[in-house]
Amino acid sequence: MTAREAGLVACRRCARVWPMGTERCARCGSHLQSRDTGSLSRVWALWIAGVICYIPANIYPMLITQTLLSTSNSTIVGGAVELIHHGSIGVALIILAASVLIPMGKFLAIAYLAISVRRGSDVSAARRHHLYEVVEFIGRWSMIDVFVVAILSSLVQLSVVASIHPGSAALTFALSVIFTMLSAQAFDTRLFWDTKDQGQNQRNDTT
Amino acid sequence: MSAATTDQATLAPGGALGGMPLDSLMACPQCDALYVAEMPAVGERAICARCHTVLIAPKRKAGFKIIALTLAVIILVVAALFFPFLTISAAGFGNNASILDSASSFQSGPMVFLSLAVAGMIVVIPLIRTLLILYVLIPIVGDRPPYAHAKRAFRLTQELKPWAMAEIFAIGCAVALVKVADLAHIGFGPAFWMFAVLVIIVLINDNYLCTWSVWKSLELDQREA
Ligand SMILES: [Zn+2]
Ligand SMILES: [Zn+2]
Repeated sequence: MTAREAGLVACRRCARVWPMGTERCARCGSHLQSRDTGSLSRVWALWIAGVICYIPANIYPMLITQTLLSTSNSTIVGGAVELIHHGSIGVALIILAASVLIPMGKFLAIAYLAISVRRGSDVSAARRHHLYEVVEFIGRWSMIDVFVVAILSSLVQLSVVASIHPGSAALTFALSVIFTMLSAQAFDTRLFWDTKDQGQNQRNDTT
Repeated sequence: MSAATTDQATLAPGGALGGMPLDSLMACPQCDALYVAEMPAVGERAICARCHTVLIAPKRKAGFKIIALTLAVIILVVAALFFPFLTISAAGFGNNASILDSASSFQSGPMVFLSLAVAGMIVVIPLIRTLLILYVLIPIVGDRPPYAHAKRAFRLTQELKPWAMAEIFAIGCAVALVKVADLAHIGFGPAFWMFAVLVIIVLINDNYLCTWSVWKSLELDQREA
């Protein structure tokens, strides 16, 4: 049985339940909504912002490296390819996973989850909820590339020998990660379970 | 700690709840499943039978542990800010950077936003969260009424949690090290090791905090006051 079926509204912050129609949780002060109906439009708006920022993040340079002999601009993918040439395949894979695989996977996963809530899905609610948790857990790790740029540009300042400066992709990439994190957070995960429960009453914990 | 056994033992599904007082119930924040809230034994956890979210995870003397850990974090953060974090040398030139240097490396125009975001995620937010947790827990552990605005403070610590990224920054250091390995020699300064300890402490800190128990104590204190 769910709180809504019992005529109660649950607080998502502190798990306290209140009679349906209560506006604010008296225990923690959070705003109460049995289901966050505006959730999906916020998810989509932030998702679009994230995708838009991700495009320039891949076109413009992430790092500008100046040495005695040359100046080189490297993009996210370019930087990883360079690492492979230097033999650091493990680190190249970390960068590619954090900066390409995870962001793309997140965009696809969030879009799929948002569509599944509106249209319904054959995939069980438990499965989709699990996918959501993976997205939430892994998403933050995309910031690693931004931190690497920050560390390198503060550290590698060796006069004419070598210096590293951040490229504009660092900004748009960080924005893309932030928007995507906000998009995932905007989800009301209770919506997965509602579509599953509609019509039949097959949950083992409903009495 | 298997989910099935623990939650059957401690959380009766809220099927027959005629006349149950509302404050003895709880709903899973992730899937809305309703339960009768009962404290599991120390070391066990109450887990939602439907979506497997951890609902209650009481810890023995959790309060004291948390406060000890928190004090350690504050000392470490202060130390980490004033010592060199990473050092570099190549062809006779050398440089070192503190954690704050890294955060403030984006300086031209709109990149300043990035400096603020990075400084926030690796230093400011972890520090604020820790201080707020301390503020909320000290009275609870001492069995005294909570300080003013303790609820708002605790809510803020939960809202800020995903934005505290000290552990990601630590892994970023390792990646940075490899990236410039053939350009220059990089060494770890004392602050790096402090920061590594800090990351471990922050992770333990969060795992030792049962948010439901804290909310429960904040509510009880309010009623008695
Ligand atoms: Zn609440
Ligand atoms: Zn649940």
